[in-house]
Amino acid sequence: MIKFSERHLKIPKLSRPVYLVTAGQSKFGRAIPEKRIEELVVDALTMAAKLIDKTPAELKSYIHTAYYGHFADHFGDQLLGEAVIHDRLGLDPLGNIGIKTGGATGGSTLWEAVKTVASGYSDCVLAMGWERMDEVPTDEGNHLISCAADKDWETPLGHIYTGYYAVMAQKYWQVFGKEEDSFRQTMAEISVKHHGYARFNPFAHSPMKITTDDVLKSPVVAYPLRALDCCLMSVGAACAIICDEDTAMELTKNTKNKPLRIWVAAGSHTLRPACRRDMEIPLLPNETDDQYADLGKRFPGGDRYPGFTGFLAARMAVWYGYRMAGIVDPMEDLDVVELHDAFTISDIQTYEDIGLRPYGYGRDYVESGDCYHTNPNTGKPGRLPSNLSGGLIGCMHAVGATGIMQTFEIASHIWNRWGEIHEDSSLWDDFGRQKPDDWTNLQVNDAKKAMAISHAGVGSHVTATILMDPDHLLKEED
Amino acid sequence: MSMFGTVTVKDGKYRIKGDFHHISANIPIRNQDNAWQLIGVTNPRDMTYIHTYGGEAVFFENLSKGKIHGTRCDNPDCEFKGTVYIPFRIHCPDCLAKNTVVDLTDVCRKTAIIHTFMVCERSGAFNTLDKPIRFINIEFEGVTTILMSYLSVGEPKVGMRVVPIFRMLDPTYTITDLSWVAEATPESALPKGFSFGH
Ligand SMILES: [Zn+2]
Repeated sequence: MIKFSERHLKIPKLSRPVYLVTAGQSKFGRAIPEKRIEELVVDALTMAAKLIDKTPAELKSYIHTAYYGHFADHFGDQLLGEAVIHDRLGLDPLGNIGIKTGGATGGSTLWEAVKTVASGYSDCVLAMGWERMDEVPTDEGNHLISCAADKDWETPLGHIYTGYYAVMAQKYWQVFGKEEDSFRQTMAEISVKHHGYARFNPFAHSPMKITTDDVLKSPVVAYPLRALDCCLMSVGAACAIICDEDTAMELTKNTKNKPLRIWVAAGSHTLRPACRRDMEIPLLPNETDDQYADLGKRFPGGDRYPGFTGFLAARMAVWYGYRMAGIVDPMEDLDVVELHDAFTISDIQTYEDIGLRPYGYGRDYVESGDCYHTNPNTGKPGRLPSNLSGGLIGCMHAVGATGIMQTFEIASHIWNRWGEIHEDSSLWDDFGRQKPDDWTNLQVNDAKKAMAISHAGVGSHVTATILMDPDHLLKEED
Repeated sequence: MSMFGTVTVKDGKYRIKGDFHHISANIPIRNQDNAWQLIGVTNPRDMTYIHTYGGEAVFFENLSKGKIHGTRCDNPDCEFKGTVYIPFRIHCPDCLAKNTVVDLTDVCRKTAIIHTFMVCERSGAFNTLDKPIRFINIEFEGVTTILMSYLSVGEPKVGMRVVPIFRMLDPTYTITDLSWVAEATPESALPKGFSFGH
């Protein structure tokens, strides 16, 4: 589609307010041979129950329907794995459904869960996501991932997804990065930041204390991308409990979790980047009609939109999402975000798609220090910290769970429980991980509004999950 | 001795001959860290799929004849009538009318330039291309989309002119039968089995 009808652009509306009540997650790792998925899923649900001082059985007694995010059936050689999990969680004979939208599966699972509660079908639902990518060696894994590209026009070309994806990184690197060393350095800083924040997260798969030099010396995967520019491939599970207002109040009574308002919006774009057609840039509330008129002059080659440099699905997800939730300027209106850092460079592309910076200027979000918990330039709190979990580069990418992990992370800031959850030494011990001596509490002070972006592959599906403290809404209810 | 699975279609049905899977034994996975206790088992899977190209078959057949076919919407009532697609689209994405198949070989020879590219050091299982793989995305004059393929001779650059080559000797009937080389590459430099298709 290159032209919208008025109906396409209807602002989505939930029929009643919807709340995130609690969330939980398992340990994340490259391989977890000692546990089946059902064990990791039980870990996640048990944690969600514990955060609201409930037993798993008590929490389960509220659940009316279940939404399961799991992407890659062929990794586990098990179809209808959702039904297996549903049985092991003891939720039969309640209705359940599996959701799969590649890397955005976690976000899409929340999308379905929220709409179910908004419609009145259910008052309390479980959104649970997981992935297991350790059941084949890396080479075969690369092939299975490449099956998420077009099987006739792309997959036979190397059976390697990086090849189909990274051509977009190359274009962005040349047009907007201008192949500058300083831009390459900024990409490396993202990896340092995300592996670094992962050090304070007991759940995280890849904590590392590294420098930009380490990133720049790591092996080339597909120039300019190096090994440390790339996200992880993880095993793990994450879940969220979504409710209507009455159930949310009842479940959280006398607990430390305040029910948070939740909105999820979604966008899409062709699976085959080859088929991207030109269009006008859909503008966000903080952009103006004329601001991109001379983009091609400022960045030669940058006049084609979305071309190979923008993620239209991400732009559309926030186009709908910001208007649903009353967000005008995400830099002003949000306090913390989790973005889908599949690669350092796509993290930068996303800053532009979601309006943290105008198209062409994403790098400034890092260079200004705005994206850090503590701005390294000023020593003051970062203006809009991102990926304090460590993101996909430092924490995990267990595909079906990722979007839900991100939501758990931003919720823990609004609940003001980040420190309590992450400093717990028994958790570090349980996971067999060493808590660093310089462990730092990354709680964002006074966080009230947050967003998580869940993104599939070359940008076929993207969701924006927005959370707000209900006493700090931006928009009057209609 | 097993025989490769082969398939033909007769009377509108698949006719199947040979072996479509091979059985190997499950092997226990034991935990060296814990007294070699059983932790799991391998599940070997080796099987052959039967896949139809449907309305795109003409494209893959013609690669082996040195031709690149795309499609065009000719529906007079379509707002986007005249739009030309490669990758081949059987139906117009706007009006969903059946597109007209058009021979784009000449357009490809005369106007192909690299829009973006990626030199990839890695590949996945079942890869048949030489590494590193030089992925290229190619723009053509008058075509709305940007084809993904691979460069066999030359180092890719954005804006570089390239020309198509075809695996006409022992074609695989997959997208790998189409590749590209830098303009002015001599025929003698082409990979085995490939030609310019003239
Ligand atoms: Zn048409």
